[in-house]
Formats: sequence, structure tokens, C-alpha cells
Amino acid sequence: MSKNVMAAYEKLRAEAERVLTERSEASKIRIQVGSATCENASGAGEVHEEFRKLIEASGRKDIVLRRTGCTGRCSCEPIVGVIAPGRIPVKYEKVTREKVHDIFTLHVLGGAPVTKMMLDNGLHAVPEMELHLCAGERCGRDQSRRFDALLPEKLAAAGVDASKVRIVSAGCFGLCRSEQSGKVTHMLVRPDNVLYRLADEKDLQEVIEQHLKGGRPVDRLRLKEHTVSKRFFDMYGDVAFFNRQSRIALRNSGIVDPEDLYEYMQYKGFSPLARVLEKNDPQWVIDTVTRSKLRGRGGAGYPTGQKWALAARAAEKTRYIICNADEGDPGAFMDRSMLEGDPFGVVEGMIIGGFAIGAQRGFFYIRAEYPMAIRRIQNAIEQCRKHGLLGQNIFGSGFNFDLEIRLGAGAFVCGEETALIHSIEGRRGEPRIRPPYPTESGLWGKPTVINNVETLVNIPAVIYYGPEWFARLGSERSGGTKVFALAGKVLHTGLVEVPIGTTLRQIVFGIGGGVPGGKRLKAIQTGGPAGGCIPEKLLDTPVDFDTLSRVGAIMGSGGMIIMDEDDCMVDIAKFFLSFSQDESCGKCTPCREGTKRMLEILERITSGQGVPEDLTNLERLAQLIRKASLCGLGRNAPNPILSTLTHYRDEYVAHVTEKRCPAKKCAALVRYEINAEKCVGCSACARNCPVACISGEVRKPYRIDAARCVKCGRCFQVCKFGAVNRS
Amino acid sequence: MSHCACHNTDNREQVEAASRAALSEDILRAIEEARRDPEPGGRLISILHKVQGHFGYLGKEQMDAVAQLLQVPAAEVTGVATFYHFFRLKPGGRYVINICLGTACYVKGGAEVAEKFKEELGIDFGETSKDGMFTLECARCVGTCGLAPVIMINENVHAKVKPDEVPALLARYRDKARQEQA
Repeated sequence: MSKNVMAAYEKLRAEAERVLTERSEASKIRIQVGSATCENASGAGEVHEEFRKLIEASGRKDIVLRRTGCTGRCSCEPIVGVIAPGRIPVKYEKVTREKVHDIFTLHVLGGAPVTKMMLDNGLHAVPEMELHLCAGERCGRDQSRRFDALLPEKLAAAGVDASKVRIVSAGCFGLCRSEQSGKVTHMLVRPDNVLYRLADEKDLQEVIEQHLKGGRPVDRLRLKEHTVSKRFFDMYGDVAFFNRQSRIALRNSGIVDPEDLYEYMQYKGFSPLARVLEKNDPQWVIDTVTRSKLRGRGGAGYPTGQKWALAARAAEKTRYIICNADEGDPGAFMDRSMLEGDPFGVVEGMIIGGFAIGAQRGFFYIRAEYPMAIRRIQNAIEQCRKHGLLGQNIFGSGFNFDLEIRLGAGAFVCGEETALIHSIEGRRGEPRIRPPYPTESGLWGKPTVINNVETLVNIPAVIYYGPEWFARLGSERSGGTKVFALAGKVLHTGLVEVPIGTTLRQIVFGIGGGVPGGKRLKAIQTGGPAGGCIPEKLLDTPVDFDTLSRVGAIMGSGGMIIMDEDDCMVDIAKFFLSFSQDESCGKCTPCREGTKRMLEILERITSGQGVPEDLTNLERLAQLIRKASLCGLGRNAPNPILSTLTHYRDEYVAHVTEKRCPAKKCAALVRYEINAEKCVGCSACARNCPVACISGEVRKPYRIDAARCVKCGRCFQVCKFGAVNRS
Repeated sequence: MSHCACHNTDNREQVEAASRAALSEDILRAIEEARRDPEPGGRLISILHKVQGHFGYLGKEQMDAVAQLLQVPAAEVTGVATFYHFFRLKPGGRYVINICLGTACYVKGGAEVAEKFKEELGIDFGETSKDGMFTLECARCVGTCGLAPVIMINENVHAKVKPDEVPALLARYRDKARQEQA
């Protein structure tokens, strides 16, 4: 039987190769435009169309236009990549229809990259060659092999023109193996795309002489295996935002065409599935995943292998697997990016999971707010069916499995697994008491496993590269990487994937570039409405499931919102609570009533009516709701309040006792006055005041009638002379 | 009612015909498909999505028809329809404006954008403008937080919206509607 599987896989792989060779894209100039909800919101659709017209008008047959998912560099979208044979790929940021013309005429046709439009405009000229040195924990930290420091000198000694070579200290390539750990350094040579494993200076010297000077790669030192991040580093390795990341879950996002099964196969797609089906041993899959220390990426962090083992052990043989793609946490968008950018990766993870637990049917539960993700997953399912990867007798293995999509309808509580199950059953998404856990009695009473999108997309990588490799990437108790959605008051917003155990400081400042406008960082909010706010002084906390809960936050699904000095923490707590209160399904009293009462207290505090007892009442209520609520929504709803009360108590006190909002955010506690000395009497404030409470004569100082002022702040915004004081 | 002439109380065919008449072809097909499923009720939410996609909202007549054809109690259909935010029980405007009030949009000024829309259209969340052009809704994160604040008009996402851009944006959609009508 196993022979059949490999033969079927090889046949499909050969077909993919044939189709891709026919397209012969490698010898052409490729223009690649991001295509995802976020990219399109920034105008990627128009950009794509414009390139299409220009290519058509040029009559050139050696230029191809491609679509990829998004790479997660939100603040610079739309991103366009131009890849010419034998040249280093060039990426352009914030491309508009006008910029398309310059890129096309100067670069695509003329061969001269438009440096001023390039992503992160870090380069004045595109170098002929780039050397990327792994800077991972195990590779690059050994002082005896500081190749990046040695290289310039060695290149000069060898007579290589240093101006044509750029040396980049990249993130972890994810190539570490136990026997070599700490003993070698990996180096990628672009654009030849050759990856070396160097043990000492002698090896480095050989590469310089033979490859960089002589143009012949050193076969002895070259890595022949396919590596997980190589494609990614090949495309984006020169950009600081990306090369400090380790891309495993996002390995294909922004690289492959998300609607093309053949392209997915080019990067070892479905080879893990073939391996699993060839072995035909579900227990081996479960053991592999358990050994990888992969923990659920949806928030709770339950070990994935253990969850699968529980379902596989059940007496009932009708079983289901569900992909939870109801990404409801405000501020989290990594699941959307993976669904849109690497749908085949998620589907492959689902099929492997289905095989491991012995399921016959699988469901994608996707929120209706993600229309493009729904389309791409639907397309991936259809293509898989067409090629025998879903349905009866997959790859000739005798394993039958199929997938369906079920849509969410905008209920946050459906992220809770029992509520989600009810929703798939077509009922109100209300949770129920556990146990029994879904692995025992889930969808229609049958054993059911629910995994998050990011968890599933990691599965093929775990199978392909091995559990030890994955486990070593993370921390002691948790393997692999985590994707964070960095947003809010941070310079570079977007998706950041780093090994678990990376510190908050590395993420926010090292990759995110810190807070813009010279403002001070006040809080990092993780975990959405169930999470908490982490203050600046805890920036060196490594991110892991346990460490974050110790500081009063949670890992959650990976939303990370940065707040600066202009954000009022009481107001933020109120924001989250009003969310939880609104989303409370109403089934259990502590959550339904408790969140309402807490919200009332917070509204009182932010409107200047707070009393000192409010703080103790808040704490008491919070503890009660935590203990007595039915599901995770209620039990975690007080987290934003408890964490802000712990870390920002002075702000609460200022609101309650001094009736003052230190961040000047709470309208009721803010006063507006016109400084008569600065006011030139331009009348802009009076003209913009919605309640006409500002009066005066032109060229004379104006006055605000505080009794009628609604504190909308319009006058403060429109005054060009800084004459409106806010206190 | 003692004079009632109808002895045959089985009006199944009539009810079924009336129910079919209340729905569109593709919805009926989806219901047919669901009835062949081992768990027909499991398709209820996706069918309601189709109804809203076709009619713009879930009317009582349509919900009753779905209940009848799917053989699910009408109370259950109403229960589901009212539980989920995504479903609208009143007709919406030509364009549904969803203002994201997720965390990232909130800290980047989403609330001010929302205020401007309310002011420009003279309506509150959940309401439709008098000309039937716009319905204002608030969304819980549309997943493009890196571009905050964002709004969604039907399926189009608009990024980094500033309050002063709101009038022009509305005018653009009014123009679009005019062109489509012409």
C-alpha cells in the first residue's frame, strides 16, 4: 500500500513540475503583487491591473505578473516584488498607479531599480551580491565565528570589490541540528541562492575564493536539503523587518500564489502528507507532534499532540476535526493572512490532523467578515479534491477524508470550542459546561478536535523537518515560533513571527521599530479582550504561554497592540470590557450581569463620578466573574481590568480622586480654554465648534463657554496657533 | 370557526409552495442540498447567509420559509438570526458601512471616524439613511489592523481613514450608485 502512496505523490509532483517548467517563469522577469484583504485595501488591485496593461502594451513575452498573499508588512502595502533572473529580488513599497509606470519603464524594461521607492528605502543601490549570515541563538552568537566582522577584511584581501557585496546579519534560518548546534554558522549567498554550512574561517575562505571570486559554488559546504525559510530569505532577506524573524507558519505567505496547487507543491507541499500516509501509522503522527512541543496557537496553549491523542483514543469511530478560523480577537489578523496567503498549508495540516485522529470529515469554521479567506480556502479544497488529495482513497492510501466550510456570523463567543461546535451544528453559539471535552463528545456528540489555523499550518513543517528541530526553536516547554500581529502606535505594523521565548523588547523595538513620533511606550496589550496590558518595565519578558500569564496578560491568539502616552489605560480597560459585555452570550449570570456592572463602574470613573470604593468593588467583581463564569469569555473578561489596576493604578486614582485623566483622553475630565495671549482671533475654533459655544470678535481673543462645551476637542485640533489649552 | 369547510387539514403542499415562492433559486438549491446532509440543521447558518446575501436582510417571511423547508422550528431560526451580529432583521441601505472599532482602530482614532459618519449621515449605528443609500454598522475588527483605522463599505476595505475624508468618500459612493442606476 505504501508504494501506492509514494507513486501517487510522485506522479502529482511530476505533473506540478511539468506545468511549472512549461510556464518557465524562472527565466522570465517576474512582477509579483501582493493580493490579500489588506493589500487590496491599500490599492493592490489597481496596481495589479496597471501592470497587466503595461505588460500587454509592451508586447513582451518574457515578463510575467503574479499574485501572492501578504507578507505582513502592513504599513508599507501594497508591496510589489520584481525578480529578474540572476539578480537580487527588489521589493517596492506603497506602490501606487503612478509609481507603477516608473517601476515598469525604469526597472522592468530599463534594468535599473528605482531605489527611492524600495521597501524600507534602506538601499542606495542594489548590490550584485549579498551574504546573509544566520544570527540565530545557536549560529551567530558564538564570538569565535563572528564572520560578519571578518568578512569585509577577507573580501578585500581576496580582491573582491566590497562595494558590490552587501553583508546582512539575518534572523534564524531554522537549520540548527543537534549535532552541529553552536558549532557552525549558516550563510546564504544571493542571488545564486546557495546556502553554506561553515565550521571555521577556513571554510569561509574557501567560499570567498571559489564562489564569490571564481563564481563556482563550493559543493562540499553546500546544504542540499530544502530548508524552511530559504525561499523567504531569498525573497525578503535584505529587509530588516523580515530578516529578524523566523518564518515557519508564514513560510509561504507572500511567496507562493495562494490559488495555485502546483506552486504550493514546488515548496515541498503535500510531501509531509505523503510521508504520513505512506507510514500509515496515526500513532507515529501523534507522537511526532507531541515531541515537537507544539502548543495550540489559538490562545489556551493546550499541547496539540495530547489533544489528538485524546480523540484518537475515543471508542466512537465517527470523529471530526475543526479548524477554528473565527479569528475574533480585535487586533489579531495572522490567521486571515495565513488563510489568504497559504491556504494549501492549512488544508494539508487539516488532512494530516484528520488522519492522526481517525476523522472522516473536517470543517473550516471561518468568520463571515473574511470573504477573501473563504474564497481562497474554498478554492484550495476544490483543487485538492480534483487532484485526489481530498475525498475517497487519498493518494491511494485507503484514507477517506473531506473538508467543508461553515461560516461564522459575527459572534466572538464562538471562539470558545463548545460554542463553536453549537454554531457548526446550526444553533446559537452558546457554550456549555466542560467536561465532557469535545475530544470525547463534540460535534453531534462525536469526538472532535478543534485546532487553530496557525497550529495547523505548522503541522506539515513539523512532519517534514522533524519534531526535534521544531522543539528546539522555541522555549523549554513550548516548541516553534509564534506569529504576532503588531498594530497600534508602532512604527512598522504587521505580522511578526519569532521563536517562542523572544522578548517583547525584541519584537516591539527590534522588529517593530518602536513608538513613532518620539512618544513614550505606555503599554503592550496582548491577547485581545481576554488579555492584559504589560507596562514598559516588563519589556524584557520573554513571550511564552506561562511567562505572559505571570505578568497578568495572556499569549492569546497573537494580537499585540502598542499604546503610547496618549492612551488612557482606564479608557482602554473600558473599551475591552464594553466589548466583552456586548459579546457576552448571556447564558451564565456572572458574565452577563458582572460585566455589565463592571462597565457601569468604569463609565462612572471615566465620566468623573468615580468614588474610591469603586476600585475595590471592581477588584471584587473581577475575581468573582473569573471564578464563577461558565466559559473562557467570562473567565477572562476581567483580565484587562485586573492588569491595568495592577500596573497603572495611579491612573485610576487620578480619575477617581483628582478627577483628572492623565492622558487627556476621557472627555468628561478634560477642560478646554483659550489662551488669550496666543489667540490671534482667526475664528477657526468658533466656526468649527459644533455647539457654537465659542464666541468673540475677529482679531481679538475668543472665549469658550465651559458650561455649554461638549468637549469634542474640535477647537484644539483646528487651532493653528496652539492657543487652545487642554487640561 | 365551527363552520370551517376544510376537512382536509393537510396543507403541506400549499405551505411548501408558498415557502418556495418566498425564496430564490440558489437558496432553494442550498436547502435541497442540506436536506440530503446527515445533519440538515447544520446548514442553517450558511442558508441564512445566502438569504441575507440575496435579500439584504432576513425578513420574517424568508425565515419562516427556511424553517418550513428545512423542517426546523421557526423559533430556532429566529433564535439563530437574533443571536449573531452579522444578521440584519431590517432592510439595509445600498451600501453597508462597517466601521471597525477593534482595538487597533480604536487607539488610532476609529471612534472619531465613526462620529464623523454619524454626523454626515445623521444616523446612528444600526440605522439607514433616509435615501436608503447607507446603513451604518460597527464591526469588531475586520483583520486589517496594520492599516488602522479601517472601514468596510460592502466588501471593500478602506484603510487609514481620516475624519475629514468622510464626506468625499460618501460622495464617491453616491456617484457610484448614480452611475449604476443610469
